[in-house]
This record gives sequence, C-alpha cells and structure tokens, in this order.
Amino acid sequence: MTLTEIRIHGRGGQGNVVAANLLAMAAFETGRYGQAFPNFGAERRGAPVIAFVRIADTTILRRCQIQSPAFLIIQDEALLNIPGVTDGLLPGGKILVNSSKAADEFPTPEDTELITLPASQIAKQNLGRPVPNTALLAAFLGLTNLFPIDALVKVLAHKFSGSTLERNTQLIHQAVEQVPVGQWQEAIHATGN
Amino acid sequence: MQQAIEGSLAIARAVALCKPQVVAAYPITPQTHIVENIAKLVADGILDCNLVSVESEFSAASVVLGAAAAGSRTYTASASQGILLMCEVLYNIAGLRIPTVLTCANRAVSAPLSIWNDQQDSMAVRDAGWIQLYCADNQEAVDTTIQAFRIAERCELPVMVCVDGFTLTHTLEPIEIPDAEQVNTFLPAYQFSRRLDPQQPISIGTLLSPDLFPEARHSHHQALINAEAEIISAADDWAKISGRAGPALLEANGPEQARIGILIMGSVYGTLADARNHYTDLEPVCLIKLRAFRPFPVKALQDACKGLDELIVLDRALSPGSGGILGNEVRAALYEIEDAPRIHNFAIGLGGRDVPMDTLPKLIAAVRENRHEHFRVFDAVLEKLPEEDR
Repeated sequence: MTLTEIRIHGRGGQGNVVAANLLAMAAFETGRYGQAFPNFGAERRGAPVIAFVRIADTTILRRCQIQSPAFLIIQDEALLNIPGVTDGLLPGGKILVNSSKAADEFPTPEDTELITLPASQIAKQNLGRPVPNTALLAAFLGLTNLFPIDALVKVLAHKFSGSTLERNTQLIHQAVEQVPVGQWQEAIHATGN
Repeated sequence: MQQAIEGSLAIARAVALCKPQVVAAYPITPQTHIVENIAKLVADGILDCNLVSVESEFSAASVVLGAAAAGSRTYTASASQGILLMCEVLYNIAGLRIPTVLTCANRAVSAPLSIWNDQQDSMAVRDAGWIQLYCADNQEAVDTTIQAFRIAERCELPVMVCVDGFTLTHTLEPIEIPDAEQVNTFLPAYQFSRRLDPQQPISIGTLLSPDLFPEARHSHHQALINAEAEIISAADDWAKISGRAGPALLEANGPEQARIGILIMGSVYGTLADARNHYTDLEPVCLIKLRAFRPFPVKALQDACKGLDELIVLDRALSPGSGGILGNEVRAALYEIEDAPRIHNFAIGLGGRDVPMDTLPKLIAAVRENRHEHFRVFDAVLEKLPEEDR
C-alpha cells in the first residue's frame, strides 16, 4: 500500500484546515482514501497552526499525528524560522514554501529538497486576496503527480461557481506552470512507519 | 453514498436522518461543529425540527428532558465541562427513564484546562444511568447515532454516543451516509408510553419514599442490563439494512494463537490496528474494541478474553488515587473466571497527548519484560516533573 503523509504548516486565518480538507477531498474524488485533520492549538489569527493529510489506495486506520511526513507544505516562509517545523521530515523529503524568494535562500535539512512558489502573489492576481492555500495544493499535485489537478478543480466546483470558480481554476493552472511537473513523483512512496 | 466529510458533519447528518423534533444546542469545543451543522440543516429546510439555542448545558439537558417527556424525539451534544454542568440533569433524565440521544465529543476535564481529547468527561458521568457507546471511527459514529435512537426508545433509557473529540469530530475522511429510506425502515416514529399529556395528566419526578426507592434503583439497573439485547439487535438489524456490520457490545479481532490482548474504547483502536499490520515482527495480538461501557458486557468480555494470558487495558481517563476506570471494571469482570489473563492497566493519551504507532510495540515490550504493572500513566515523561512528584 502506498501511504503518502503530508504536513501543512500555516498561520491561523490562512486556510490551513481548508487546504488539508481540500487535498483529502480531491484524493477521494480520484477513488483514493483521504484523511485530513487539524492540530488545534491557540485558535487565533496569525498563530502557527498545523494540519495533517494522509492519502492512500485503501482505508487508513491510523489516527496519530504525522511525525515523519514525506512532504511539508509551508504557507508562510517565516514559519521556517520556528524550531520544529521541519522536524521528522523523511530523508528525501520535500518542502514546498509559499515565497517569492529563490529556494536557495532557505536553509534546508540534509537530504531534503525545497521549492518555492509565490502562492500569495498568484492568489492576489487571480482572486484579489493573498490566500496561498489553493495555489500551493495545485503546485504540490503538479510536482508529485499524486493525482490529476482536475480532481482539485472538481472539489472547488462543489463550493464555488461562476467567475469565482473560473478564477480559481485559472490560479490552479498558473501555479502548476510555475513548478517542474513530476519532479517529486518518487517521493510519494516514502513512509516513516 | 460515501462522501469525504468531517466527522461532525457526518454525525449531524445522521441525527437529521433520525428526524428529531427538538434539538438543544449549546457550543463547546470540540462538539460545536455538530450542533452548528444541525442548525444549518434546519436553516436549509432539510431538517424540520425545533432547534433551541439555550444559554447553558444545564438548560440543554433540561430542554431535551422536558421535550422527550412530552413525546418528542430529542437530541443534544456536549463535551467536557458541558457534560459536567449537565450532570444533575443527566441523572434525572436516566432516572425518569426518558429516551434521548446525546453525543459526547470526548474531551479532557479541567483543571488543568485542556480542549483536547481524552474520555474523562463521559467517565465522570458513567454512573448517571445512561447507556454509553464508544465509537472507534466516524463510520461507527454515524451508525451508532442512528442505532442509539432505536435503543433509547425501545429501552426507555438515554444513550450517550461517545466520539473522540478532534480525533474523530474534526477528521475528514470517506464516510457512508445512509439513505433516508434505510433509516426510516430501521427507526419507527417515536411513541413514548408515559408521554406528558394534558388530556391524561400524570406526574413525573415526584418524591419517592424509602418504601420504593431501592426497587426503583433495581429496576433502573435491570433496564440497563437488559439493554444489552437491544444493543445487539440494533447492530444486527442495522447491519442488514445498511450492509455494514459494526460492533455491538464489543469486537475482538486477532489470530487465535494470540496470547496477549489489548482492550481499548474509541479511536485509538485504529492506530493500534494499523500498527499491528505495520510491525510484522511482533507476536500475535488480539485487539478488543469495547463499544458498550454501560451496560458493561461482563459475559461478552469474559468470552473475548478466553485463551489470553495477558490483557492490556488502555484507559483514556483517570481516577486519581485509584488508577484506570476501565481497567478496574475489566478486573472486576474477569475476577470470576478461571484462567483469567493478567491485567496490565495503563492510561494513555490524556489531554490529547498523541498516541503514535510505536505505542503498540512499546506496550507489548512493557508486558513481556515481565513486570506486572497494576496501573501507570503510560506516556507520562516523569523527567518533566520535579523529583518529589514522580
């Protein structure tokens, strides 16, 4: 069984839980099993928050927190300065960061790879609001080929319609264009335990 | 149809399918999403019910008591301090033999203040005279909620459906939501035999003299014992209608040659089951999922433990000065049988402490090191405490 474990770090108000839920729902759209849950702490805007996503071909039984993810999605680059954010990332693990800086401007743990995406900018351009979550998910799916991005569009179509859906779809395609598609494909098979 | 949705939304939809006429709503983490979602279903015209926004949990419990006594199907949900504030009314609901269903989104009890999951809240009201059913996953939460209404109404007893807060309530996963047709077939309209009716007035909750009090208590106790049969029949009938077989009183799962068992209530079961698949070099383990805590299924438990030499009982709550609550109940139940397994009792995951995959090998190692441990908080790191508190 392939089990892919993803940890999303963000700040309260950035749509961290929404991002985790969207990813699990999109996985479900493709016939996979998706599990998403938050790690709630201080529930206030700006506070660092974490959400977890597991995606597998079959039913996921475990409900513990993800201590050894294969992937980190970081919605705010400043979170990388907080101790513990990259803890447990598997060897060969991948980090996707919302930033307009170049990847080599960030220190990364040994044997891991970091890619940046100006997700807030892309969101600002397309939606008028700097909410990075959907762009990051789209880029993540592009990088990993975990499943087609159409599934993400389909999930958004349950929530939005008309021009809002159109602008989100445009944002998804724009985000994918900015990353090397398929570069992280092998890492989806890495599991901690 | 299976849908990827949050546990709380799934529970709310299950409640709506049971068509309660009165729902009392008061928010408390991690329960709030359930009553919020019910309120949305009412606002959207999907559920036709009287949603009463009360000013406290004491009132929430009082509203369902009164409404159910007047003949309405009722529902409410709470957690932690909310359950404790309801406590007096919970005893009254049960003692008056009023059928209702309450979801407890299990959470630790203050102090120290914690919003996170353990089962101290429902354990605190274990003697209130309610049926208590614990769910291991969100599918069980949906199916148990639907079964709970039938069990409550047939037994004339309230049912508390215990669902681990956050771990289940806030987890999004694929969940099968039944059709209205299936629920309608399973659950007939609520008819309360002792309905308060101005045309045929009766009194309830009157003073009972010592002349009859012990008999009333005996009868309440007996009703809970007898509820075992209704819990089993509800699980069986719902399995036939839904096509999903779930646990009734408990479910033991493991190879016949297993000599070591682990008993747990709630969502940690899934992690242990996954860990058993993952750590393939471990000795065979029987995992026992206890669903019914009240009534306590003594006979079923005795049967499930046959052939086991060691039984690890995991408590998600603590009786300070005594130890594990579930552990002591299991000890009492197995004391009467020959060749009972040795019982090792641990509290684990208190106040939301994560219960990781390697808990399983650690538990087995603790037992195989051949130390018999009466009770211990398994995951407490004593080095965090000053010397004198260890």
